[in-house]
Amino acid sequence: MSADLSPLWEVFIRSRNGLAHRHAGSLHATDAEMALAAARDLFTRRGEAASLWVVPAAAIIASDPAEAGMLFEPTGSKIYRHPTFYEVPEDVGHM
Amino acid sequence: MYTQALNTAEAPGAPVDAAAAARFQARIDAEQRIEPRDFMPEAYRRTLIRQISQHAHSEIVGMLPEGNWITRAPSLRRKAALLAKVQDEGGHGLYLYAAAETLGVAREALVDQLLAGVAKYSSIFNYPTLTWADIGAIGWLVDGAAIMNQIPLCRCSYGPYARAMIRICKEESFHQRQGFEIMLTLCRGTPAQKAMAQDALDRWWWPVLMMFGPPDAQSQHSQTSTRWKIKRFSNDELRQKFLDATVPQARFLGLTPPDPALAFDAETGHWRAGPIDWAEFEAVLAGNGPCNRERLEARRRAHEDGAWVRDAARAHAEKPRATKAQAA
Amino acid sequence: MSGICEPAMGAMVGSALTLVETPLLRALLARADDALILGHRLSEWTGHAPILEEELALANLALDLIGQARLLYEYAGAIEGAGHGEDDFAYFRDPPQFRNLLLVEQPNGDFAATMLRHFLYAAFADPYWRAMTAAGDATLAAIAAKAEKEMAYHLRHAAAWVIRLGDGTAESHRRLAAALDALWPFTGEMFTAEAGEAALAEAGAVIDPATLRPLWDATIDRVFAAANLARPSGEWAPSGGRAGRHSEHLGHLLATMQHLARSHPGATW
Ligand SMILES: [Fe+2]
Ligand SMILES: [Fe+2]
Repeated sequence: MSADLSPLWEVFIRSRNGLAHRHAGSLHATDAEMALAAARDLFTRRGEAASLWVVPAAAIIASDPAEAGMLFEPTGSKIYRHPTFYEVPEDVGHM
Repeated sequence: MYTQALNTAEAPGAPVDAAAAARFQARIDAEQRIEPRDFMPEAYRRTLIRQISQHAHSEIVGMLPEGNWITRAPSLRRKAALLAKVQDEGGHGLYLYAAAETLGVAREALVDQLLAGVAKYSSIFNYPTLTWADIGAIGWLVDGAAIMNQIPLCRCSYGPYARAMIRICKEESFHQRQGFEIMLTLCRGTPAQKAMAQDALDRWWWPVLMMFGPPDAQSQHSQTSTRWKIKRFSNDELRQKFLDATVPQARFLGLTPPDPALAFDAETGHWRAGPIDWAEFEAVLAGNGPCNRERLEARRRAHEDGAWVRDAARAHAEKPRATKAQAA
Repeated sequence: MSGICEPAMGAMVGSALTLVETPLLRALLARADDALILGHRLSEWTGHAPILEEELALANLALDLIGQARLLYEYAGAIEGAGHGEDDFAYFRDPPQFRNLLLVEQPNGDFAATMLRHFLYAAFADPYWRAMTAAGDATLAAIAAKAEKEMAYHLRHAAAWVIRLGDGTAESHRRLAAALDALWPFTGEMFTAEAGEAALAEAGAVIDPATLRPLWDATIDRVFAAANLARPSGEWAPSGGRAGRHSEHLGHLLATMQHLARSHPGATW
């Protein structure tokens, strides 16, 4: 019944102020207001949220897992970006 | 379990790139999670779609037997708890449909399979809830059995399924306690209430043991699922775990499981059940349980009666866009 | 079942409670019964909603209302001082002892009727509880503070559906308009206070519901405009719920709801 398709939305929850929104799951809704209401009813029944985002799933541009090597591996050799790469004598104290 | 029908049919594997398949298996063996757009063998995808959608259907159909008592719950406290519990099950269905959709199949297509009678759901929901004690028995036994099955699924190799299960297991934690508390109250109540509780146990005991699916010897599909880390314990292992946990609880309640052969094996430390009537299980799975027809009919009616609502919501959503397009 | 038995006799609790209704008790029971009966009606949808996401929504609406009813019954029991609790009020009163509006006991009908009924009620209950947060009665004001937030959401949710269905398709509009014709006559009852409640309002203990009419009218007009609905005309304006003269529907609802509890007098659940 392809006539019965309704858009998919991704739901993001900020559990309390000070924290970032985190992906919680997805749901179906025909309009943004319904998506927000459904997100509230579906994902915040136990006080999980201080704030909600809903985003049309189709609006998310994702990286291709097949390109993960090209995208994310080159950074692995840049160990000089990490503080532990550098040696500072212990008697200098915390730095 | 909620996906017990998987045990009866083997998904034929399509030809796959052997090297890619080996890399995939190596990732699984290394306990890495597979995410939606990662490479996966077609058989893995199909098995997951079937398992997750059967699980989702079970949650949704499972709303019906318990929903049957919401309007008759004997106190407002019980009414609210039961409504919240059944509502949770609807949420579980939604989380699971969403997990299945990440594998490239629309929820509507999965629901169509259920309504057409093609897809399966757990045999347990084809039994009737005849008294209030059945609500206690379902929470205690059915949710108890489900939790036993679902906790290992939180470590399932497929990321979206595992994440859905984590959320579900968190919510499930009150379901079994709610059911046990109902049973305990009945068992400490009037003789009529205690008799109601025993009668519920008599009727639900065997169907609940069947929930874990056929014995390992007859369940060929398990091996592939185990290799893929979709399944981490065998049917019989889970059934044994459930038995060992539940028999002492029944004794605490002062109730007797309807199994004259039930005995404690001091040597192994396990409870041993008598033989399960697998012919009954097969019959229920084949559509001939006490409530198969009613359950499917109720889902179909809800779907058909709701079609105009979904049409209206879609039409409303499309209108502003249409007007804008004309204006432009 | 007649209300003649002595409630203190545990063995006879299958029969209805005998209540001496002070004006405040009666007014509390009216608000509690509105919430319970409407919550019960919504709970009848469980497992049968038109959209899975809406299953969760309907249950949330029902749980809010049942929760409001429980708080109000508890307070009613406290001011009555006869040892009655929430379940005595909910399960051991006969239909004529229920004080809810006729509107909330009307059957669910289709989804349009359920949402419209909810909208008509919430458009009243939202400003009612907001006004009641300033009630002279401190306990009621505290209950109102909780109910007000819940009903604000109910109003938003139900109004959104009324607009969707009114604007959606020819069929959804037709169904909504039919529901409006059926339900509109019951709305007048929301704004009338019984003599006892009017006296309480005079004393500042509660709000006179009649004062909320302009707010309700404004909400109705705003949402009906977006939903392409017109206010029905017609003279028929049934009432009597507050006095216990109900439609035929309430008896069936209570027969279902109370049957188990009344079949086991004295039992705890
Ligand atoms: Fe569940
Ligand atoms: Fe559950």
